[in-house]
Amino acid sequence: MSDQVYFEDVQEGQEIPSLTEKCTSQRLVMWAAGSGDFYQIHYDKDFAQGTGLPDRITHGALKHALLGRLLHEWVGDQGRVKRVACQYRGMDMVNEDVICHGRITKKSQQGGENIVELEIWAETPQGQKTTPGTGVVSLPSRAQ
Amino acid sequence: MAEASVITDEMRAAIGQESEPATIEVEKTAVRVFARAVGYTDLIYYDEEYAKSKGYRNLPIPMGFLGNPGNPIFRPDRPPRPAYIMPFQSPYRRILNGGTDIEYYEPICAGDVLTSTSKIADISERTANIGPMLLITGETTYKNQDGRVVARFRGTLIQY
Repeated sequence: MSDQVYFEDVQEGQEIPSLTEKCTSQRLVMWAAGSGDFYQIHYDKDFAQGTGLPDRITHGALKHALLGRLLHEWVGDQGRVKRVACQYRGMDMVNEDVICHGRITKKSQQGGENIVELEIWAETPQGQKTTPGTGVVSLPSRAQ
Repeated sequence: MAEASVITDEMRAAIGQESEPATIEVEKTAVRVFARAVGYTDLIYYDEEYAKSKGYRNLPIPMGFLGNPGNPIFRPDRPPRPAYIMPFQSPYRRILNGGTDIEYYEPICAGDVLTSTSKIADISERTANIGPMLLITGETTYKNQDGRVVARFRGTLIQY
């Protein structure tokens, strides 16, 4: 993980480092085990195609979790992720990269915490934003 | 031309009704398996001593750990968790997961025992390119063993 980021050092409008995860069939099987979602459209190609899909698709909840990981890896050991929200607007196919991005929309102090709100999203390698959302994190101050 | 509303009195009555509580034991193996599934390399999710050195009581749960069909854990002597069963009928036969929103109020760690209750928070209608839709927003509140609300999950299901 990178160096600690501090509240004073970030600006509204700033993009945070992106995160890319190739969602191989092995990754989707690991997610099925980790989440308890064993719906076959995510790991059984014949089943997926039988429902009309072109191939197995990445679980929406895995994309939600990757957006959480995007924020976790940005806020560092002293930051905390407080909220991760997203909508599932498009499919991500097996064996494709899921690319997660974030952009700071607001900095504020609430209840004694340094709060940063972000627009977050996951997109396909073709640039389609399949999973738009918002995140809220707290960051430490340099002064602490 | 406006579509006729499909929201019934039965649906309206279902809003706010709390489910029976469910128990989730947050366990180290489950945390590790979940963290691995998301590709985390941060050792706070895998190494207990390292997690404690970073200020956690034990392995903390990664974002997204809550709200999955894997918790509460499957039991063969109970009906499978009806993740998308609504306590009412609608005219729509297809279902989509509209989205997930999880808020964390304090760190949740392995060793915690959470009690969750769920309710339907809102039912609304909209028409989009897939046609008329019924949007059902569910809310699950998680309390820990000390009775504090530690997280809240909101999910939207779209019936169309």
